[in-house]
Amino acid sequence: MMRKRWRRRHMIEAFFKGLMAVSFLVVAGGLGAILWTILVKGLPALTWDMITQVPQGGFYLGKGGGVLNAILGSLYLAGGGTLLALIFSLPIALYLETYLGDSDWGRYVRLSLDVLWGIPTIVYGVFGFIIMLAIGLRASLLAGIVVLSLVELPIMVRAMDEVIRRMPVDLEQAALALGSTKLEVAMRVVTRQMLPGMITAILLAFGRGIGDAASVLFTAGYTDRIPTSLLQPTASLPLAVFFQLGTPYPVVQQRGYASALILTIIVLIISIGSRLISARLNKYTVK
Amino acid sequence: MNRQIQFDVNQVNIKTEGRLSRPSVVARNRQNRLARRTFFVVTLLPMILIAAITLMLIVRSWPILSAFSPRDLFLGSTWRPDRGLFGFWPYITGTFWVTAVGVLLAVPPCLLTALYLSEYSQSFTRSIAKPILDLLAAIPPVVYGVWGLIAIVPFVEDVLAPLSRRWLNFIPIFAVNQPTGFSIVAGGIVLAVMIAPLIISVVYEILRTVPNDLRHASLALGATQWQTIRQVVIPRVIPGMVAAIVLAASRALGETMAVLMVVGNVARVPQSIFDAAYPLPALIANNYGDMMSIPLYDAALLCAALILLVVILVFNILSTLVLQRMLGKNWT
Repeated sequence: MMRKRWRRRHMIEAFFKGLMAVSFLVVAGGLGAILWTILVKGLPALTWDMITQVPQGGFYLGKGGGVLNAILGSLYLAGGGTLLALIFSLPIALYLETYLGDSDWGRYVRLSLDVLWGIPTIVYGVFGFIIMLAIGLRASLLAGIVVLSLVELPIMVRAMDEVIRRMPVDLEQAALALGSTKLEVAMRVVTRQMLPGMITAILLAFGRGIGDAASVLFTAGYTDRIPTSLLQPTASLPLAVFFQLGTPYPVVQQRGYASALILTIIVLIISIGSRLISARLNKYTVK
Repeated sequence: MNRQIQFDVNQVNIKTEGRLSRPSVVARNRQNRLARRTFFVVTLLPMILIAAITLMLIVRSWPILSAFSPRDLFLGSTWRPDRGLFGFWPYITGTFWVTAVGVLLAVPPCLLTALYLSEYSQSFTRSIAKPILDLLAAIPPVVYGVWGLIAIVPFVEDVLAPLSRRWLNFIPIFAVNQPTGFSIVAGGIVLAVMIAPLIISVVYEILRTVPNDLRHASLALGATQWQTIRQVVIPRVIPGMVAAIVLAASRALGETMAVLMVVGNVARVPQSIFDAAYPLPALIANNYGDMMSIPLYDAALLCAALILLVVILVFNILSTLVLQRMLGKNWT
C-alpha cells in the first residue's frame, strides 16, 4: 500500500516535470519558429539593392529599388525618440531614487509609469494625431519622434529605476556623509554607477521604438524619399513591411519578408549588443 | 538655518577664487534646489500624460457618446458610418475573443515554464532562458504579424480547421464557417506567443518571493517536489499569478499590428473561433486618419480608443497594485 502510493507520487512528479520541460521547449521553440520562418522567407529576397536603394518608380508593382528610405527613417525616428525620451527619463529616474525613494509618492509615480507602459501604442498614435491637428503640424519626422518618445519613456525610466534600486545604499550614504548635495550624489555617483544599466535601458527603448508601427502610422506618414528635415514625412520599416505585404504582387510581398528580416536583424543586434555591453561595463561598477 | 556658516564659507571661496574654482556651498545648495524643482516637474509628466490622454479622448468622443444611448452604441451590432449607425458590439466581441483565445493558449505553458525555471531548472537552463525571453519580447509586433501570415494562417487553414470540422463541428464555438485561415484562432496563437515572455517573467519573479525555507520544510517532510509546488508554493502566489495574467491580457487587448494582419477584419459578431473578427485596435488603425467627410466618424473611432483605454487602465492598475504588494521591494 505504502509502496504503491510512493510510486504514484513519483509518477505524478515525473509527469509534471516532463510537462514543464516540454512547456519550456515549446516557448523556446516559438522563438526558433519565428526566427526560422522570417529567415527562410526573407533571405531569398534580401538583395544588396534592398538595403542601399530607395524605391524606384513602380517599386510597389515589382520594379527595382529597395527600402533604404524605411531603414534610415526608422533609425531617425527611433534615434530621435530615444534621445528625447532620455532627456526626460534621466531626471525622472534620478528624482525617483534620490528624492522619492520608497515613499508613497514614489509608488504613485512608478504605478503611473507602469500604466503608461501598458497603454497601447495605437492610442499614443491617435493622441499624437489629435495634438498634431490642434497645432497644425502635418505628419512628419518630428511628430513621429515626439510620439515615439512618449512610447519609450516609461520603458526607459523603469529600466533605469530597476538598476538604480539595485545599487548599494552605502555608496550614496558615503557621498552624502562627505557633504555632497543630493544633486551631486545623483549626477556624480548614481549616474556613473548606473551607466551600464542606462545603456541597457536606452537600447531596450530604442528596440521597442524601432519596431513599433501603430504609433507612427498616423504621425510620421510614409514617403519614398529619405527625409532631410524634421518637418518632412518619413517612412519606417514596420510600415514598409505592412504596406508591402498588403500589395497583391508576390514579388513585392517577398520584399516585405526581406524588410521584416532586416527589422528582425536590427532588433536582434540591439538586444544581443545590449547584453554584451552591459556585461562588459558591469565590471566597473561597485557591487 | 546655518546662515552664518554658509556666509563664512562664501567669504573663503571669494578669497581663493582663481585658484580653486569650486562653487560655494550657497551656489551648490541653490543648484540642488533648482534641480529638485525641475526634476519634480518632469516627474509629474507621466501622470499628466495619462490624464491628458484620457481627458482628450473623452472630450473628443463626447459628440458620439451624447448622440447615442450607451445601449445602441456598445450593444448595437450594425456598423455603417455612412448611414450614421455606430454599433461597437462586433468590435468589442472581436477584441474579447481574440484576447481570450490568446490568453487561454498562453497561460498553461507559461505557468509551467515559469514553475520549471523557478523550481526545477539548473542555473544553466535559467541562463539561457533569460536571453530567449528577452529576444521574444524584443521582436517587433509587425514581425509577429509576418510570422502569423506565413506560418499560422496556413496552419489554421490546412490543419486546425479541417481537424475541427471533422471532430468538433457540432460545438458552435469550434464550428468552421469560412474557408480561410484568417481567424480568431490565428490571432490568438500569435498573441499567445507575444505575451508569453511577459507572463513567464512576472510569474517567475513572484515565485522567487516564496521563501526557500518553506520549500525545504515541505521537502523534509517527505513531499515530492510537485507536491511542494502544488501545496506550498502555488497557494502563496495565486494572487500574483492572476495579476500577471490580467496584465498580459491588457497587453493583448491593445495589440494592433500583429493581430490586424492575421485576424481577417470582418465586422461581424463572431460565432466561432474559426470566424474572422475585427478587434478595436484594428478598427482604429485601418480607418483613423482618412474619415474626415463622414460626420461623427472621427468621434466614433476616438470612442473606440476610449473603450480600449478605459479597459486597459482598469486591468493595468488592478494588476499592478497586486504585483506591487506581492513583490514588495523587489517590485521595480
